[in-house]
Amino acid sequence: MEKFTTHTGVGVPLRRSNVDTDQIIPAVYLKRVTRTGFEDALFAAWRGDESFVLNQPAYTRGSVLVAGPDFGTGSSREHAVWALKDYGFKAVLSPRFADIFRGNSGKQGLLAAQVAQEDIELLWKILETKPGTEVTVDLENRVATADDVVVPFQVDDYTRWRLMEGLDDIGLTLQHESEITEFEASRPSHKPRTLPAKHLPSVTIEAARPVS
Amino acid sequence: MAGTLAEKVWNDHLVRRGTDGEPDLLYIDLHLLHEVTSPQAFEGLRLAGRQVRRTDLTMATEDHNTPTLDIDLPIADLTSRTQIQTLRNNAKEFGVRIHSLGDADQGIVHQVGPQLGLTQPGMTVVCGDSHTSTHGAFGGLAFGIGTSEVEHVLATQTLPLQPFKTMAINVVGELHPGTTSKDIILAIIAKIGTGGGQGYVLEYRGEAIRKLSMEARMTICNMSIEAGARAGMIAPDQTTFDYIQGRPHAPEGADWDAAVEYWKTLKSDDDAVFDVEIELNASDLEPFITWGTNPGQGLPLSATVPVPEEIADEGERIAAERAIEYMGLTPGAPLRDIKVDTVFMGSCTNGRIEDLRSIAKVIKGKHKADDVRVLVVPASARVRLQAEAEGLDRIFQDFGAEWRNAGCSMCLGMNPDQLAPGERSASTSNRNFEGRQGKGGRTHLVSPLVAAATAIRGTLSSISDLVADGDEEFRDIDMATLDGTPLAPLDPNVLVQV
Repeated sequence: MEKFTTHTGVGVPLRRSNVDTDQIIPAVYLKRVTRTGFEDALFAAWRGDESFVLNQPAYTRGSVLVAGPDFGTGSSREHAVWALKDYGFKAVLSPRFADIFRGNSGKQGLLAAQVAQEDIELLWKILETKPGTEVTVDLENRVATADDVVVPFQVDDYTRWRLMEGLDDIGLTLQHESEITEFEASRPSHKPRTLPAKHLPSVTIEAARPVS
Repeated sequence: MAGTLAEKVWNDHLVRRGTDGEPDLLYIDLHLLHEVTSPQAFEGLRLAGRQVRRTDLTMATEDHNTPTLDIDLPIADLTSRTQIQTLRNNAKEFGVRIHSLGDADQGIVHQVGPQLGLTQPGMTVVCGDSHTSTHGAFGGLAFGIGTSEVEHVLATQTLPLQPFKTMAINVVGELHPGTTSKDIILAIIAKIGTGGGQGYVLEYRGEAIRKLSMEARMTICNMSIEAGARAGMIAPDQTTFDYIQGRPHAPEGADWDAAVEYWKTLKSDDDAVFDVEIELNASDLEPFITWGTNPGQGLPLSATVPVPEEIADEGERIAAERAIEYMGLTPGAPLRDIKVDTVFMGSCTNGRIEDLRSIAKVIKGKHKADDVRVLVVPASARVRLQAEAEGLDRIFQDFGAEWRNAGCSMCLGMNPDQLAPGERSASTSNRNFEGRQGKGGRTHLVSPLVAAATAIRGTLSSISDLVADGDEEFRDIDMATLDGTPLAPLDPNVLVQV
């Protein structure tokens, strides 16, 4: 995971609350087998609408999403975070995030920054008055800046530390690899292993056929 | 210090204790994979240039998408075919053992682990599937995980986890003939609700549980997730040891002795403290079914469809109204009068050899009700082979049922086995959500014995209805052996190494 200290990019005002995971990415896209390439699925139901914010040239290349409260409610699908990241978003600012979405974001290196509702309104005003305005998200000092407006945001210490160190959960766990190896050495020999494979003799399985 | 079974297993897998709100790091003994939740995890490994840390603690099989007909032909649904092919490619690339369609050990992942003897007491078992709780029946900590966690386990063989709370569920008394472990778990879920187990590991205890066979215990642990619990477990005993001994991956020789010695320590201490304890009397139970659209909306078969106006809690009343409308039921009508279109016998809840045997015993020599479709889908190819060796396939086919190949099938309708809109099923599976078995489909969760009686009569029925019908043949059946009695497990006679 890339280290996240500061990011500057075009801010996208998404004037909606309760943006649930089905709106972020509809279920039909979950059948894919890849982890990347979900950018076309992001907000799929809204993308057909010409007036939708991401369809306006000034915002198309946005990377800081400024949304209303209760962002990411609904299912646990990690595809919601993948879709935002694949589109190019590095940070989402909202007054309130759904727990699972916030957890998934932290795992994937997307900053979910909690900003007070009145500060979100301030940012919306700037981004709508001057489309294409860049927002700087400073994780070290936990502030977001657009023009001359500086607003504070919250993110828990543990997540902030992980993002700044560029540690995904796996990277973090692998810092303790010697402890894992040590634990493995102490596992009793009676614990089963899948390899080498043992099983009953192979038998041909007859295919069932449709009943006429 | 006194501890619960869950705490003991947790502590035995502690690689590192977390500090300052950091989670504990737990070692994972067995990681099972299937085609639906693994592709992005492998892709993540590839993107990060990582390997599978312990291919010898990992195994894959194909179950969710697999067809149960024409398995020797290319899979017609392109998305399903792609997911399965992707799993095969990933298994090959990363060196993971896989049991593919057509292999005798292909089948629902929660049957394949136990039948191979890979699921053993005191283990941590994970899989990207919520019904992984099934494996807790052997006295291990087993739970479903998300795709990021699948990748985490592949890369590190560990998981960072926050400790769970513990709940003891004491099941006293004795089951009446014609009631089963499925009725126990449906009654528990109706009692504590679909969120009642949230944040807890459930431990099922008591004389009624001790008397159950391994497979009946798996049915109970399987549905722990339907009560919202992270996992369910049952302390191992002689029944557990007997089930494992002789299976392909069971310990042998001195290892077996050491294992059993360890397994015998795996029980909650007498003075262990649970966060919550509840009690259920098995003697009070009669066959249980669900009438609504979540597994907590269940009632004894002799009851009537709830009348929403009589429900005091507003949230529950609204949920009941909505469920009754979706299910097309009449408030106050007897559940026994509900006519079904399809009976589905299978799934990781009730698609095992004992389930098939008990159903076959009831339906032998009879014919299904007219206009009822009966689908029998063994949990694994090995279960199907065993059933065929015992002649059960003939009994099912003579009955008018369709005898299919193994997989998850109509439990979740990811393959072609689905309900049509408005079609009603009695299903031995685990979830009755709206559209679960097919868009607009209506599901009643039932035990294998209720499924059998329902297939004969065409309306939701129990064994006692068959007796009341005066069925002479049926009087010869030894009721005591219908369920809950340990039957001979799959024949583990010859081992081969590949």
